Amino acid sequence: MMRLRLVLPLLALCGLLASCTRPDDGRVVVKFWAMGREGEVVTQLMPEFERTHPGIRVEVQQLPWTAAHQKLLTAFAGEAMPDVFQLGNTWVPEFHALKAIIQLDAYLAQSAHIQRSDYFDGIWDTNVIDGKLYGLPWYVDTRVMFYNRKLLAQLGYRQPPTTWSEWMKAMEAVKRKVGPQNYAMLLPNEEYETLLGLALQQDEPLLRDGGRYGNFRSAFFRRALQMYADMFERKLAPLERVSNLYHEFSMRYISFYFSGPWNIGEFRRRIPAAAQDTWMTARLPGPNGYSSAIAGGSSLAIASSSRHPKEAWQLVEYLSRTDVADKFNELTGDMPPRRSNWEVPRLAKDPYARAFREQLEYVKPVPKVPEWENIVAAMRVMGERVAHGTISVDDAVVELDAEVDRILEKRRWMLDKEQRQ
Amino acid sequence: MNRERAAWFFVAPALLAIGVFFFLPVGAALIMSLTDFDIYALADIGNLRFVGLRNYIELLQTPLFWRSLGNTFYFVVVGVPLSIAASLGAALLLNSRVTRLKGLFRTAYFAPVVTSLVAVAVIWRYLLHTRYGMLNYGLSFFGIDPIDWLNDPHWAMPAIILFAVWKNFGYNMIILLAGLQSIPQDLYEAASIDGAGSWAQFRYVTWPMLGPTVLMVSILSMSGYFQLFAEPYVMTQGGPVQSTVSVLYFMYEQGFKWWNLGVASAVAFVLFAIMFAITLLQLRFAKGGEA
Repeated sequence: MMRLRLVLPLLALCGLLASCTRPDDGRVVVKFWAMGREGEVVTQLMPEFERTHPGIRVEVQQLPWTAAHQKLLTAFAGEAMPDVFQLGNTWVPEFHALKAIIQLDAYLAQSAHIQRSDYFDGIWDTNVIDGKLYGLPWYVDTRVMFYNRKLLAQLGYRQPPTTWSEWMKAMEAVKRKVGPQNYAMLLPNEEYETLLGLALQQDEPLLRDGGRYGNFRSAFFRRALQMYADMFERKLAPLERVSNLYHEFSMRYISFYFSGPWNIGEFRRRIPAAAQDTWMTARLPGPNGYSSAIAGGSSLAIASSSRHPKEAWQLVEYLSRTDVADKFNELTGDMPPRRSNWEVPRLAKDPYARAFREQLEYVKPVPKVPEWENIVAAMRVMGERVAHGTISVDDAVVELDAEVDRILEKRRWMLDKEQRQ
Repeated sequence: MNRERAAWFFVAPALLAIGVFFFLPVGAALIMSLTDFDIYALADIGNLRFVGLRNYIELLQTPLFWRSLGNTFYFVVVGVPLSIAASLGAALLLNSRVTRLKGLFRTAYFAPVVTSLVAVAVIWRYLLHTRYGMLNYGLSFFGIDPIDWLNDPHWAMPAIILFAVWKNFGYNMIILLAGLQSIPQDLYEAASIDGAGSWAQFRYVTWPMLGPTVLMVSILSMSGYFQLFAEPYVMTQGGPVQSTVSVLYFMYEQGFKWWNLGVASAVAFVLFAIMFAITLLQLRFAKGGEA
């Protein structure tokens, strides 16, 4: 209460100051919200855009990743949306359900810079709902295997494992070598991506009947969860939380980890120079050889409340140009969603990026329902409970389906209502 | 009549502020708790369903809600007495005539209250680390095996309680210290003339004289501890295995993460009802003690 009293006048004051200092030079102002590191770096790309688009001025606002989802929802509820914003591509269905973002097909059809065929299919697909495009991929993210190449070579592995059973054997071998105090695989219980990745490698959908009910009782999810449980059961993965992954990797406390592109930079920076030759990336081992993987990343979307959608699109188009995307990749390390970008030497010759490049051809979207974040959080908790041995795999999938069905109750009602009309 | 009108005139601004900023939102939340307000309703208010008491009934059938209620009670039942005991102990030490450097200790004990929770949580995560943490290092001298404080479902809540008590005891300590200093010295003199030792003095002079202060401190702590949120939010995100999900954390997830504002409002009212009932009990208990 007291804090609110302090904050409100301050906010009003800020508002006043901002409106006083804002130059009114007749240019159209496009407000652009971006998250975390991307939000920092993208400001460096704005002078060039403003130079080539003299009638537009861009105001970039940076949001922290952890609060981004809430802030966007709150901004929508408070009718304070920016014109263009970065949107995690699994959030597209939710913002589509809110009618918060506009369809981009008409703009795309007229664009000289953007060709649909240049984009990785799975990534593009995350932005398509009922055949219509609602976001343009900005950068991509998928999970690959970071592994200790040197240790595997010592154990006689010339190639990283490609199937689940080979991978299990490799982990068992690592475990025998490093002893009971150490482990093979890092499975952080606060991340859902590994379990989701194992599930997505199989062809069946995670939700059934057009996203009306959970499909976690199916054999395929049971297999993924069993695999997850086994790694804890056989002491291949530690239950303990790891505070410095790079240190633990160098100490051989863990030797496998599924992670995304940003960790290439982190491994380069934080693994000691003498041990830089120990780590490598590889495609995720699949149930019977390489398979599909998570299509993650962020898209650029235009708010339906924007009064300048045309100018907003020009910004989206500018950021999606291959030359700008290349600059962006150089600045952030984020991976570009267009195949042509991968032909530049910096990416094409990077041995660590190769696994990502190959796997990006096989990524696929998660179920496109607005409740997805809630569902995947429920799945994460169930994975954690199984890892701790407080629930059996068979009970876990039944309970998870019940919870997911409850989460989807409103969606079913909405779909039925649409059908009636 | 005229005086009465003047009085109303004077209280009107305050009433208006309370009405607009308190009763109106509370009323709106009560109505919201009877609906299924969610993102679909946010997109189009036509998607809002009036569901009566369904949110409340479903809440009572949600295992995680009961879990969070159990966790919160655990935190309150262990944390509040521990916190008051720590405050009282520190206050007694600081009030003792033989203690030196009182100013320094008072500041040191009060410092955690005013430091940023997020910053000290980071430090505590290091202290609680299984393999490199100081706490486990200290325990190893007593032959106790390392405890995985923040990742073992049985130990995460004790760790949170320890952290919360350390963070908050200084505040109550100041109040209790003021209470101790207001006890007249002649009572102690009279007691010592009658041959009372230090335990008897504490039992028959300090404790009864401190009664009202302890009651107030316990009511304030209890209502504060029921609203456990920031500690698990920063330290454990409700984990491991939901062992540190508090009622408020549950409400936050429902309301602000999944945008189920109908359910979240219902949680808020259930929590309010529980805290109200417990405070009433406490007051009645205290009155019974006085009579």
